[in-house]
Amino acid sequence: MSQADLSIHGQVSRTGATEIMTAPTFSVAAKKMAMWLFIIADTATFAGCLVAYGFIRNATPDWPRPFHSISNVAVMTLVLLTSSLTMLIAERHAWMGDKAKAFLWTMLTAVCGIMFATLHLREWMGMIGEGATLFHNPWGTPLFSSLFFSITGLHLLHVTGGVVALIAVGLRYRGGRYNADDLEITGLYWHFVDLVWMFVVPLVYLLNLSH
Amino acid sequence: MATAATHKNGGMTKDLIVFALILALAGLQFVIAYQNITASEMLVRMLSVAIIEAALAVLFFMHLAENRGLLWFVGIFTVFVLLALQYGWTDSFRVLDGVKWAK
Repeated sequence: MSQADLSIHGQVSRTGATEIMTAPTFSVAAKKMAMWLFIIADTATFAGCLVAYGFIRNATPDWPRPFHSISNVAVMTLVLLTSSLTMLIAERHAWMGDKAKAFLWTMLTAVCGIMFATLHLREWMGMIGEGATLFHNPWGTPLFSSLFFSITGLHLLHVTGGVVALIAVGLRYRGGRYNADDLEITGLYWHFVDLVWMFVVPLVYLLNLSH
Repeated sequence: MATAATHKNGGMTKDLIVFALILALAGLQFVIAYQNITASEMLVRMLSVAIIEAALAVLFFMHLAENRGLLWFVGIFTVFVLLALQYGWTDSFRVLDGVKWAK
């Protein structure tokens, strides 16, 4: 039985003997279950924000469509989706015991996250330059800017937190303090951030594209 | 839970196929954005594509396909929350039909 299996099915005592305590829920380690519970809660948070956005957009007759180009958001999407693939590669290397490659791919994922955040901030600066702020919108109702900055800001906050987590967990994994399980759990969070973006793009960007 | 064995068995080929599918679906959303259709039709089409994308990511990137019990647990909770949030939609049409925002 591998160390990874032991960490799932029981606990390893100081003497090295396996002590089966209680069966973990859904055969999932407690820390992984905690991440799933966080993801469920965070899904409710983002869903609440997006439904509120939909409600206000539907109830506002002259909703602005300020986006002329999709090139920036397309590149952002490509970068974030690619980062999910690099994270998967890191997880696979971790499970195969190749620490150096797992660390390298985790750091590449973090670099993709930084690239995404940079592109996002560049877009924000462009919009702020045109006069859009949290409480002012040059194209019509201020509700648009409030919702745009709130929803994309919440997502950007998650990406930033994810980058910090990837770097911290990656370094500790390389140092031997964390194992493949920890890297996979961080990966779960990162894939979730990617998943949320799949809904933010069509609702916040593509539906507000000027034709 | 995905163990070392299941991770080793599922190769990179599967990950690459899923990644390519998600990328293609994301591209499809951008194509839909330029279609000459109403906003509601566009919303339905884009959300349908997004749900398929999300399902692929949850099943294969987040390894839920390997754990049926957890899949049901996460699925039931998430779908319940998402459906419960739809409760207020009708009120947005009431607002649109002439009732002003509260001051």
